[in-house]
Amino acid sequence: MIGIEHYLVVSSILFVMGVLGIFLNRKNVIIILMAIELILLAVNINLVAFSVFLGDLTGQIFAMFVLTVAAGEAAIGLAILVIYFRGRGTIAVDDVNRMKG
Amino acid sequence: MELNASLSLVRPEIILSFSALALLLLAAWMDQAGRLISILAVAALGAAAALTVSLLGSGSSASAFDGLMVNDAFGNFSKLLIYIAAAVSLTIAPRFLEKAGAMRAEYPVLIVLSCIGMGVMVSATDLISLYIGLELQSLSAYVLASFVRSDGRSAEAGLKYFVLGGLASGMLLFGASLVYGFAGSTNFAAIGLAMDKEVGLGLIFGIVFILSGLAFKISAAPFHMWTPDVYEGAPTPVTAFFASAPKVAAIALLMRIVLEAFGSQVLVWQQIIIAVALMSIIIGAVGAIGQQNLKRLMAYSSINNVGFILIGLATGTEQGIAAMLVYLTIYVAMTFGGFVCLMQLKDKDGNYREEFSDIAGLSKTRPGLAAAFAIFMFSLAGIPPLFGFWGKLVVFNAAVAAGLLPLAVIGISASVIGAFYYLKVVKVMYFDDAVDVIAESDDKVLVWTGGILAAANSPLGYFAIPVLGVWTAVAAKALF
Repeated sequence: MIGIEHYLVVSSILFVMGVLGIFLNRKNVIIILMAIELILLAVNINLVAFSVFLGDLTGQIFAMFVLTVAAGEAAIGLAILVIYFRGRGTIAVDDVNRMKG
Repeated sequence: MELNASLSLVRPEIILSFSALALLLLAAWMDQAGRLISILAVAALGAAAALTVSLLGSGSSASAFDGLMVNDAFGNFSKLLIYIAAAVSLTIAPRFLEKAGAMRAEYPVLIVLSCIGMGVMVSATDLISLYIGLELQSLSAYVLASFVRSDGRSAEAGLKYFVLGGLASGMLLFGASLVYGFAGSTNFAAIGLAMDKEVGLGLIFGIVFILSGLAFKISAAPFHMWTPDVYEGAPTPVTAFFASAPKVAAIALLMRIVLEAFGSQVLVWQQIIIAVALMSIIIGAVGAIGQQNLKRLMAYSSINNVGFILIGLATGTEQGIAAMLVYLTIYVAMTFGGFVCLMQLKDKDGNYREEFSDIAGLSKTRPGLAAAFAIFMFSLAGIPPLFGFWGKLVVFNAAVAAGLLPLAVIGISASVIGAFYYLKVVKVMYFDDAVDVIAESDDKVLVWTGGILAAANSPLGYFAIPVLGVWTAVAAKALF
């Protein structure tokens, strides 16, 4: 029988993978965008699982909002990435270093 | 509650939503009308602010949309502050953005959209409305940070802000999902009731994630690392906006969620807030010392000030919350003053300068500007008799009254370290040899805004204390 704890473990693993994807990745900003999506999807698994186990619809409605906002966030992230690429000609993470201190 | 009654409680947001859409439509036809649209946006913000003023002194509170939002004195006070800050950042922007070739109509539209988000944030009483408000504010802010497309630093600031802001939203959401699961509801009042009994590990995890996510948004240490880069790279009027309105909104949101949802378990969050406050004060003070760029300096100064503001929250008392609101109001005036002075630092070719070396001996070439800058620096350092001193006084007073004497002592000692770099600015302006790179300012709007803010930060500001005291006391009462 699959219980709530199994869902929580999966979503926690996904969440941690997302966070590590942001900090450990040294290659490409696109991967960071994917990592952010992974974090949001981990949250959605949590919300839907809790919603089912509590017998309460709020969690699923919340998940719909999260999905919608995630789409908007990805669009804005890619737009910023495009103007960044136009200026610098690269999207490698190690090159994002014009400002330091 | 009836839909009509709910709608009438969110009139400021409705006004701003319709004006944002109308202005966007106008912008589609008149793509060079950035200034006109800015003026219309300021008018819309003024109308929204006028609606909030009427409720400031009254203790009434009404819940809208089945408990998703609330209209009370606390929300209205925060909204008034936010709308005024947004209007000021619209007023000071045109010259700067025109010089950068970016005075497009989207700037006022994005500011107005972000204000709608902030209005939802400060009046949210549910995790869902909290998230929607926060994202509306953040998504507009990411675009604003990279608004000057031709400037590589601006694009990089936008990128960094987006990545770390996205991470912060993710952490906040993960916490929200845990709180929802273990408390059984997304409503603040219901979460509060569920927490009355006992707090399990799941809820504690949720609270820690939510607090970390919000600490990101208010740039409190140890989640402050994006602040200096974003503040340096973003266009200066946008930086002034970031340092004021979104910070007010996120701190107000933090106050509301901590007190309304987690209020029954003070011990769970109090230590976290105290640790974050102390780290912010110390990192803000120490990190600023080596900076050569004045915008980075202001970024560390804002980290430092957030620490002082959080001391009020750590007390968890009504007096502490009222003190925070007083400090926030004064902080907005001080920070805006600092950035208005920075925006007047132009050399003879009209290029903006922002390094320490550019303001050496400014008092000889531009005595008025140097005097105003000195007032803001002294005020940020909290040196009496300037108005900034009053904010620190009420916050520390509340901390001592709540029995947090060690916190107050460390805070005051760290503010002495902080005074070092504020005084360094004054020393460079008044006692170093003049380099004469800064030309006479040709922007009357900036001169007047700077003058008014300098007057507000001078001892004249103390005349506002009776009104401010009543409004903040009523606003703080709404949370308890």
